[in-house]
Amino acid sequence: MSGVDRYDAIVVGAGHNGLVNACYLAKAGLNTLLLERRHLVGGATITEEVVPGFHFTTFSYAISLMRPEIVKDLELVKHGMMVLPLVNTFQPGLDGEYLLLGADSDANYHEIARHSAADAEAARDLDHLIARLVRALKPWMDRIPPNSRSSDPADMAALAELEGWYEALDPDVRAMLERFRTKSAAEILDEYFESDLVKALYASSGIIGSRCSVRDRASGIVWLFHKLGEFDGDPGHWGFHKGGNGGFTQVLARAFESFGGTVRLNASVAGLRYEEGRSTGVELEDGTVIESDLVVSALDPRQTFLRLVDPEDLPEDLVGRIRDFKFQGTAAKVNFALSDVPTFPGLEGREDIFRGFTNLGPSIDYLMEAWADCEAGRVSRRPFVDCCVQSTIDPDMAPAGQHVMSCFVMYAPYHLADSDWETERDNLGITVQETIEEFFPGFGELVLHREVVTPMDIEQLIGLSEGNIFAGELLEDQLFLNRPAPGWNQYRTPISGYYQCGSGTHPGGCVTGGPGWLAAKQILGDREA
Amino acid sequence: MPLTTPFHPRVASANRVGLWKHWAGYLIPPQYQYSLTAEYYGIRNSVSLLDTTPLFKYRITGRDAARFLARVLARDIDGCPPGRAQYTCWCNEGGFVLQDGVILQVTEGEYWLTAADPTLRYFRVVARDMGAEVDIEDVSRAFGILALQGPHAYDVIRQLTDDVTSLTYFGATKTEIRGRSVIVSRTGYTGDLGYELWIHSEDACEIWDALMQAGQGHNIVPIGTTALKMARIEAGLLLMGADFHSARFAWVDAQCETPLELGWSWMFRTLEDDDRAFIGRAAIEAELRDKSSRWTTVGLAVDWHEYERVYSAAGVLPPRHEVYSESTMSIYRRGTKEWDYAGYASSFTSSSLLRTPLAIAKLPLDLAKPGTEVDLEVTVIRRPENVLARVERMPFFNPTRKTAAMDEGAAV
Repeated sequence: MSGVDRYDAIVVGAGHNGLVNACYLAKAGLNTLLLERRHLVGGATITEEVVPGFHFTTFSYAISLMRPEIVKDLELVKHGMMVLPLVNTFQPGLDGEYLLLGADSDANYHEIARHSAADAEAARDLDHLIARLVRALKPWMDRIPPNSRSSDPADMAALAELEGWYEALDPDVRAMLERFRTKSAAEILDEYFESDLVKALYASSGIIGSRCSVRDRASGIVWLFHKLGEFDGDPGHWGFHKGGNGGFTQVLARAFESFGGTVRLNASVAGLRYEEGRSTGVELEDGTVIESDLVVSALDPRQTFLRLVDPEDLPEDLVGRIRDFKFQGTAAKVNFALSDVPTFPGLEGREDIFRGFTNLGPSIDYLMEAWADCEAGRVSRRPFVDCCVQSTIDPDMAPAGQHVMSCFVMYAPYHLADSDWETERDNLGITVQETIEEFFPGFGELVLHREVVTPMDIEQLIGLSEGNIFAGELLEDQLFLNRPAPGWNQYRTPISGYYQCGSGTHPGGCVTGGPGWLAAKQILGDREA
Repeated sequence: MPLTTPFHPRVASANRVGLWKHWAGYLIPPQYQYSLTAEYYGIRNSVSLLDTTPLFKYRITGRDAARFLARVLARDIDGCPPGRAQYTCWCNEGGFVLQDGVILQVTEGEYWLTAADPTLRYFRVVARDMGAEVDIEDVSRAFGILALQGPHAYDVIRQLTDDVTSLTYFGATKTEIRGRSVIVSRTGYTGDLGYELWIHSEDACEIWDALMQAGQGHNIVPIGTTALKMARIEAGLLLMGADFHSARFAWVDAQCETPLELGWSWMFRTLEDDDRAFIGRAAIEAELRDKSSRWTTVGLAVDWHEYERVYSAAGVLPPRHEVYSESTMSIYRRGTKEWDYAGYASSFTSSSLLRTPLAIAKLPLDLAKPGTEVDLEVTVIRRPENVLARVERMPFFNPTRKTAAMDEGAAV
């Protein structure tokens, strides 16, 4: 197919949602071209061999929210999909204390009960209530959201259905939903727990990737969002793809190929070509023109609406809304190649404690101090770090006996008050390493290589505006009916034949595939109509 | 790693089969010897010793302890004066059962409760909401519990303390064994003569040894949880997780059960005459008034001849030896319609003593009368077959020794 300059469909951006979308279009029989600016597919979902033998999940590093329907529709297992369980969660304290939670509910009870028996019981209540809420929300994750600005009878019916659904919720479940919408993670946790270590473990889900503190109202929704996934149907649990998250996008690339799709790498799109409100194709940075009546942007809303097209050609309210869309990335990655697993005093020789997330952020105060730095426009001097020593699960990630450690770091604000990211890069790496050293003495001696990924890198390397890992904040007014804008939340754009399918659309960020899948559903539906 | 009970050194050396299971996060033997039947007959023939420490244990004291318990527990706590124990349950406002358990008022105002699941936080929330001055203490780790059950239970324990002689069925007292303070109640989960002992964890092995020594001449048998469960079906005692599930972790009401549906209407006989404001009362009253129970829980005795016949017809022996199951077995109405679903059995055992397969079953109210005939689905060489079963009043086995007065020197 290469050399043809006309396609049935062009998907711009080979992040996981671009891949999923392109798979569905190709599977439906469209001659589909997937364009990627970089030398590899995957966008933020890649694995790179940074040091020989050491495979780093440069950006995204775990999986949970991947929509199960996509796995079946695209036959991803056949193409090598294998998600491994993250069996443990390790929350070390700075005083020798820790929480080590695993796969057994009774064992977890007793582990939490070491800190508070009431909390151990509360954790069961809270987990159960969240699981019930997540089950109720799931259908809305997996459908094109209603358009709140439409007078179309189908949209009116869907909005009425939404209202009816809300009214029909079990009162306890509805109350929990309202808590998440109106309260901060810390406020909710104060209702349930007394142990600071336990609170902090739960609270960290409320800030991941978001410019908010655990005491900020916004943290409730962020927390809920991170619980919407599952592992083998076990709600709220996370997994790790064989070969890292990049292993997963390679699976998608193979599926795309099997459906007859074409990938073009090192192909940076300069803009959409359109005439009289209809898409006619794209133009690459090198001047190449590729024609198609159907163009799908897997980029974030700022790129989709303000860069690939001339905002002058779009409705003013949409442009205004996208200009106001909050990105404000606050997360960074620091990835390590290690000569051995770190050691936690008192748990020497326990490699298993790392087979999951290791959560450095032992108290609400700790998390709030980290936030105070972010508010002041600087990197947290003692950041929250979510570590994942993936080679303890997948031996192919590092040479035998050696390890890779992915560290997700909060806060690292995109906008620095008195510095810039080139100056701060090293400082960030040192800060994270020193923080880990506090919990795991001797850590520094294990470090063979350190890779620092700043929010500026995230923006410049993979095009996520301001380095926001979700392609736009997970704020309530930027989700569902409003993602990326009211009236434009159904994957269409004002330009006919031009669609959006990135994480800046419903259901949102994380490796869900939902935006790519639902956009394809909309596109294929529109073509039939 | 799972926790071990304070009796673990003794339990581990008595466990001769190397089998362990997890019970509420503790390591416990499902059996100690190869013959489950031998353990079972420890309960019915001589005397058995069971480590039941994994139960959650609470001490409830304070000025408003009785007022709090009257609110949180569904059964009238006034029926549990000092020196008495009571089998009880607690419900949510919807009248669905959260848990069952046994409460003791050992001395005036000092209550001790066992429960299968944790309930500290729930109780504290209820106490706070009603403004009760009550101290609810989780003593789960501070105490071990041993159940001494069987016809010779009294003969064994009376060698160690005189205070048990006057102890009537569901009586409770503090006493001393080998100079160690213990709480003894005449209670158990076997439906036999027996005692349960709350033992300070640090005294655990000492008391175990004392009981085993005293039991030597009485063929005392340490038993695991499987033999216990066989006995509890004969005793008609329900097991949470098998015969019902806590409403606390239910997703929908269909998974919950009311005390009336569990066959505990006897707990509410005085409801018309009292004004106890316990949690779930309004829902239970409405259920009684509207007769809106969805089912009830009954005993089911399988017809021995039919049971023999369906297996024999297939050329195999009917399974009767060491059968115990918590798998759901469907029950059908007998009549002209085939496979007319009526309910299910939640526990099943083949009683060695009674020579009858027995089940605890959920049936619609019109099938609940003793003597009613239903079909129970069993699997014969992997095919479903129906066998005749009859509703029977529980307990299936109820020896007089269970409640008999223990006079000094009485033979059993």
